[in-house]
Amino acid sequence: MANEVIFHSIHLPESWKLENYLKAGGYDALKKVLAEKISPDEIINQVKTSVLRGRGGAGFPTGLKWSFMPKNYPGDKYLVCNSDEGEPGTFKDRDIIRLNPHQLIEGMIIGGYTLGAKVGYNYIHGEIWECYERFEAALDEARAAGLLGKNILGSGWDFDIHAHHGYGAYVCGEETALLESIEGKKGQPRFKPPFPASFGLYGKPTTINNTETLASIPYIVKHGGQKFLELGKPNNGGTKIFSVSGHVNNPGNFEIGMGTPFSELLKMAGGMKDGRKLKAVIPGGSSVPVVPGEIMMDLTMDYDSIAKAGSYLGAGSVIVMDDTVCMVRALERLSYFYYEESCGQCTPCREGTGWLYRVIHRIEHGLGKPEDLDLLESVAGNIMGRTICALGDAAAMPVQGMLKHYRNEFEYHIQHKKCMV
Amino acid sequence: MLSPESLKKIDREIAKYPDGKQQSAVMAALRIAQDEKGWLAPETIEFVAGYLGMAPIAAHEVATFYNMYNLQPVGKYKITICTNLPCTLMGVEPTVEHLKRKLGIGFGETTPDGKFTLKEGECMGSCGDGPVALVNNVRLCARLTPDEADRILAGLE
Repeated sequence: MANEVIFHSIHLPESWKLENYLKAGGYDALKKVLAEKISPDEIINQVKTSVLRGRGGAGFPTGLKWSFMPKNYPGDKYLVCNSDEGEPGTFKDRDIIRLNPHQLIEGMIIGGYTLGAKVGYNYIHGEIWECYERFEAALDEARAAGLLGKNILGSGWDFDIHAHHGYGAYVCGEETALLESIEGKKGQPRFKPPFPASFGLYGKPTTINNTETLASIPYIVKHGGQKFLELGKPNNGGTKIFSVSGHVNNPGNFEIGMGTPFSELLKMAGGMKDGRKLKAVIPGGSSVPVVPGEIMMDLTMDYDSIAKAGSYLGAGSVIVMDDTVCMVRALERLSYFYYEESCGQCTPCREGTGWLYRVIHRIEHGLGKPEDLDLLESVAGNIMGRTICALGDAAAMPVQGMLKHYRNEFEYHIQHKKCMV
Repeated sequence: MLSPESLKKIDREIAKYPDGKQQSAVMAALRIAQDEKGWLAPETIEFVAGYLGMAPIAAHEVATFYNMYNLQPVGKYKITICTNLPCTLMGVEPTVEHLKRKLGIGFGETTPDGKFTLKEGECMGSCGDGPVALVNNVRLCARLTPDEADRILAGLE
């Protein structure tokens, strides 16, 4: 079941070229939609059947999100792809764009057709410049082949896609910050409601989906939602790309069925580096709570299983840590990241991330006080749920997770002014 | 203020957006200006604002919000190294120490000959290839051991 949906053709030489994607059955789904005039409602039904859930981290059902777009809106509507992948541990969208850009383009075109959008924008993380260039080249190929632009495949329907690059701001991965950024402003999240489906890009109805989500659409249209669902498990449809980094022998991306045991994923990633012992895993990107290794070894990789263990599948970004890792040090670096990346709009996040970092920093450097752990919990608790976007929660959850499972290491640091490990 | 080539590139970016929404091109326009000038002086930012018909302060807000814009002159090669958790787990620390020692500079500093600037970076979305660094915002260097860093430095003339 590996590489079934998105990475199916990446073994081919120059898999990113249009001719090679076409040889692998690429654009068949789009051709089917236009030739058979499949209705937008039918496509949305198939996506609902597939139980495709948003791959950017929140896991919101894609079919449901698509159904929120107003149908008979008289003006322009937009589709936006979120490829602003900058959460530590996350690196799947880069490989989708690098190795199979046309499947994303095909998914975006079908999405544009389904949602009645006029234009699609793909917002690409600024640091992966080669992907931005490759995506633009792929758009040119698609336009030249009549697959994109005016009168697509002779259907009389127009839809175009453009690439927009970020330039170093994690918060722009938040969908309304991303819209502000496309509008040429600071990337500060918008207060919601109104949600983007009613007031999005330039104030028009807009749907924002993650890269992997949109790249899954051609498979669902081609093979039916049921087949996609069966690649995973109930309520967790399809395959998912898991990005494995940290202390493993073979870090990288692995597309496997939802519900695959973590132990198998670890094996695919070559097992623990230098044969060391697994200590802990951050299963869904740096903002989700850490899970101790022995608990992780009993979990399967899907939204429901990871949630039962008190964490989140997030974007499927698996950071593996062995027994040499000092959790105080690890958390210090993560907290610095959120402090650095807070956009400054909401006081609890702007001030709270600074407090979290400074307190953890002083514990790490032997200046911690016994009351610091309560202080950390109080600051984290006061950020949670009190900000416009989820960046505040994302800063608080790693702190709460670390203190829940590794409080003894923090206490040891405060008492002995050095690491336990 | 900017070369005809740069303006042509900016025009191409403007064409991506609806009529009257040329402000959407400001991120690309500032990047194109920076590629030409090496960094964004206040007058460069203001020129870009004028070209796009937006208030100078709005362009300053963008230039100061996103961290890949250089608001001060940098060396011929700006090397931004990710030190976030995955890259740290995958061994970035010896590479950082090696580069700092070899170039004789710390993060945020430029060598006296104006050739290299070192910068501490945040996640580049490429953790599987960690440790990673970015040269001049465009070239991503993977699996950056001290030896690999030497090899890359030797290739930068």
